[in-house]
Amino acid sequence: MDHIVLVGASAAGLTAADALRLEGFTGTLTMVGEELCPPYDRPPLSKHVLAGTLEPHKTTLRQDADLQRLRMDLKLGRRATHLDPAARTVTLADGDRLDFDGLIIATGLRPRRLPFGRDLAGVHVLRTLDEALTLRAQLLAGPRVVVIGAGFLGTEIAATTRSLGLDVTLVGIEPTPLAGQLGTQVGGLVADMHQENGVRLCMGRSVTDLLGAGGRVSAVVLDDDTLLPADVVVVAIGSVPAVDWLADSGLPLGDGVLCDSTCQVAPGIYAAGDVANWPHPLTGERTRLEQRTNATQQALTAARNLLAGPGGAKPYAPIPFGWTDQYDAKIQFHGWCPADARIEYVDGDPQARKFVALYHAGGRVVGALGWNSARTLRAYHGRLAAPIAA
Amino acid sequence: MKVIIDENKCVGAGQCVLAAADVFDQRDEDGIVVLLNPLPPDDLGAQVEDAALRCPALAIEVVK
Ligand SMILES: Cc1cc2nc3c(=O)[nH]c(=O)nc-3n(C[C@H](O)[C@H](O)[C@H](O)COP(=O)(O)OP(=O)(O)OC[C@H]3O[C@@H](n4cnc5c(N)ncnc54)[C@H](O)[C@@H]3O)c2cc1C
Ligand code: SF4
Repeated sequence: MDHIVLVGASAAGLTAADALRLEGFTGTLTMVGEELCPPYDRPPLSKHVLAGTLEPHKTTLRQDADLQRLRMDLKLGRRATHLDPAARTVTLADGDRLDFDGLIIATGLRPRRLPFGRDLAGVHVLRTLDEALTLRAQLLAGPRVVVIGAGFLGTEIAATTRSLGLDVTLVGIEPTPLAGQLGTQVGGLVADMHQENGVRLCMGRSVTDLLGAGGRVSAVVLDDDTLLPADVVVVAIGSVPAVDWLADSGLPLGDGVLCDSTCQVAPGIYAAGDVANWPHPLTGERTRLEQRTNATQQALTAARNLLAGPGGAKPYAPIPFGWTDQYDAKIQFHGWCPADARIEYVDGDPQARKFVALYHAGGRVVGALGWNSARTLRAYHGRLAAPIAA
Repeated sequence: MKVIIDENKCVGAGQCVLAAADVFDQRDEDGIVVLLNPLPPDDLGAQVEDAALRCPALAIEVVK
């Protein structure tokens, strides 16, 4: 293998580059990223960067010297627009064509947007560093903030903006925040925490319109006709895989790039990170994870499998791990936390906001969640089994 | 081999401990990494490299 191209210059792409060099790949390595700045990390954006407690450049994933050591042709501010798997070329927006023997697709996600209110000033999404800095600049004026979507991103943004002393309302379609991610029982504890901190919750509600005045957002309309006055609106209603550039490639696409169990999409073409959808060998189900540790682990596997070739490729079978930081809560979870699981508190006390909870489904322990209990939580990692496929 | 950790970068993900439990531990409250052995023996080298690579916050530096 002489030339490997990595599309997507973030956590997964960069880890793949690291892994390829560590595994002894000495050929040409090209990385394409549409953003202008060198690869940076996203988890701090909704937390420290938005809060202003971390300088933007501190999110950089590799210092210049480490990037140079990777001996890559790093093409920043360049977007891939087309892939021809048979000719083995990637085309960029400016017409440049890159030949490859090996390709790793790591283009991540793009935020979903609401079908209305797109042209109004003051309506934001948060995925990139630029977006985080733009939003922060607007928060400094002390606006009334409405966050739409109560998943991980929405709840974190609500916590961070509230910690800045702003008037914050969180709107979510589920009965509690994080209900879809962690179930309503833990979600209820998250709801309590937000309310105690002074966030107004509108749960079980969906947004039907955004109103504007003079080109700027002025209110959010809910399905029960409630009007929430707003100067700034953050839309955090999930994301879609960034596969637009692959539409005419002939590669199997669905909810992401559809890989096999080794992360291979087609011969010599692999995918990793938020964009990759693969059959998890332990559950048998197609899976796509939007977690930072997955970006790293999956990129390691994809890079090693690409070099090993089909005969030596190993299946990717991680136990998922994610975390979120809100106010003083550090919530971490291993495994699967299905919404209908039975919850068993095995350590600490939920009321004291320091506990470990196990998720039981199908007679097995499939997930473990720790709330301010990082060390204790880890002891349960080894007890986890994968859910049984339905 | 020398291991250096940056507590300020650490996000408490515990990936390092899963990779090399002889070298890393975590504080319970916030999960921040605790370095058990700054000068691990060479036979732990592969585990420590793996821990550094898996750390989502790049809080672990391995000097050889
Ligand atoms: C604000 C925020 C907070 C988060 N917090 C947490 C957390 O606390 N814990 C956790 O586990 N996870 C968290 N995550 C999720 C985590 O950041 C992601 O799982 C991780 O970034 C995925 O990495 P990736 O490399 O797969 O994709 P991405 O980070 O999305 O990178 C993809 C890159 O590809 C580029 N790209 C896309 N299309 C093209 C194209 N056609 N041509 C060239 N380049 C392209 C994009 O610009 C982007 O830079 C958070 C995410 C966000 C946005
Ligand atoms: S893996 Fe990194 S972020 Fe996680 S606990 Fe270890 S040092 Fe901290």
